[in-house]
Amino acid sequence: MRGQEARDQAERKAAMATLAQSSGDDIVRLWNEAGLPSEAELLRGPETGLVTMRGRIGGGGAPFNVGEATVTRATVRLPSGQVGHCYALGRDKQKARLAAIADALWQDPARRNEVETKIIAPLQAALTTAHEKRRAETAATKVDFFTMVRGED
Amino acid sequence: MYVAVKGGEAAIANAHGLLADRRRGDRSVPALRLDQIVEQLALGVDRVMSEGSLYDRELAALAIVQARGDMIEAIFLVRAYRTTLPRFGYTKPIDTANMLVERRVSATYKDLPGGQLLGPTFDYTHRLLDPELAAGADVAEPLRRETEAQAMPRVSAILAREGLIEPDGEMPQDHVPGDITREPLEFPMARDIRLQALSRGDEGFLLALGYSTQRGYARNHPFVGEIRIGEVELELDVPELPFAVPLGSVQVTECQMVNQFKGSAKAPPQFTRGYGMVFGQSERKAMAMALCDRALRASELGEDVVAAAQDEEFVISHSDNVQATGFVEHLKLPHYVDFQAELDLVRRMRAEYEARENPTKVEEKREAAE
Repeated sequence: MRGQEARDQAERKAAMATLAQSSGDDIVRLWNEAGLPSEAELLRGPETGLVTMRGRIGGGGAPFNVGEATVTRATVRLPSGQVGHCYALGRDKQKARLAAIADALWQDPARRNEVETKIIAPLQAALTTAHEKRRAETAATKVDFFTMVRGED
Repeated sequence: MYVAVKGGEAAIANAHGLLADRRRGDRSVPALRLDQIVEQLALGVDRVMSEGSLYDRELAALAIVQARGDMIEAIFLVRAYRTTLPRFGYTKPIDTANMLVERRVSATYKDLPGGQLLGPTFDYTHRLLDPELAAGADVAEPLRRETEAQAMPRVSAILAREGLIEPDGEMPQDHVPGDITREPLEFPMARDIRLQALSRGDEGFLLALGYSTQRGYARNHPFVGEIRIGEVELELDVPELPFAVPLGSVQVTECQMVNQFKGSAKAPPQFTRGYGMVFGQSERKAMAMALCDRALRASELGEDVVAAAQDEEFVISHSDNVQATGFVEHLKLPHYVDFQAELDLVRRMRAEYEARENPTKVEEKREAAE
């Protein structure tokens, strides 16, 4: 039971991470294609505020405050009762609202699969492709050292 | 008696109208869009984010265009905007070892896990102006090299294995990270607070101070242990969720400066470190920050404080360009009453001086007047 709960939490977090990383335009497009319901009671927001990003001294030492970033959050309740949340960097209120609805729908066992396959999976695939492209472009700038042999010996 | 003087409303309104006109410039030239600034003046946007201490590329781009490209004015606009927003909390500390790396170089090790990745750098360019760019030539897609994703541990972790370098900076167990946006500056300050101030500090000021340490003012022979630029994920603990909520990714630049240290009464001979961490791709700033961080640790490491870069109060009190520009630029605002008072004072002092230096002349003058 506890293992199942931990797995569920990890999967929900992964879905929220995918939504937070994705652009609002992509989420709206997939939402319209999927025909998922977009009605929900707004319990909070969407509202924009700040979070203070923390780093660590020397990379791994004590935490310190680096600076702020804009974040938009929303909390919604579905007619079926599930409450969903979104926190995402930036100021896109439409994205925060839809992502909160997606989080609420994800918690409904009857809807989870639909949200995963029609929204989360395509978003994640696009993110993975973009990351791989970035990684490959960076890899092309990797220095390959070689040794010049000089002299006769 | 104090006489209040009013005036200038019409002049101010018209000046702002003129500013809007000049900002737009020739109407036959297309207006800049924010996405053009974000995409094509990206490092300027990053500087505004870093010194404005607000990660939001679109807002930084708006600030740049509104400020007509005046970076300090743009930083000022961003700082002012920040104060209008509520605060949701502090993120969990970022993990730069798990960065999606776009650039990573080390000047201390040639071969290191993950390798030297030059990324989009100005290094090794010839600094020749490019007429083709002026003509708007198309740019080829960059090459790609398909490789297995490789772990890229921080160079400091590699050095640490030999025990010849100090560890990442630790603070006492119960230390709560200070926040200069909540509490006023107090000296002496802890290293975490100093780093927050340096991260938003003026690039030019920190660059000059960093340079001064290299030229012999607080000499501490530095090497770039590592510079890495890339995206890190942010997470925030919130009461409504049983796990830290993922917020998305931000781009940061991290610099690990490694400094030779011959030891003191407080510490054995070893490599010591300075740390730089800034928003966006801001390598020069991260390096300057790391040099200043190391120089400012003089007292902690038992070094003599002999140079400007080691003087915490001097460096931190003057590193914020919004504060600096506010105090310098206020001098141009009306000081009519102050100046009248000073003018009166100088007249009296001059009269007294002349009476002392040249009593007969003053006497003659008085007689002539009578």
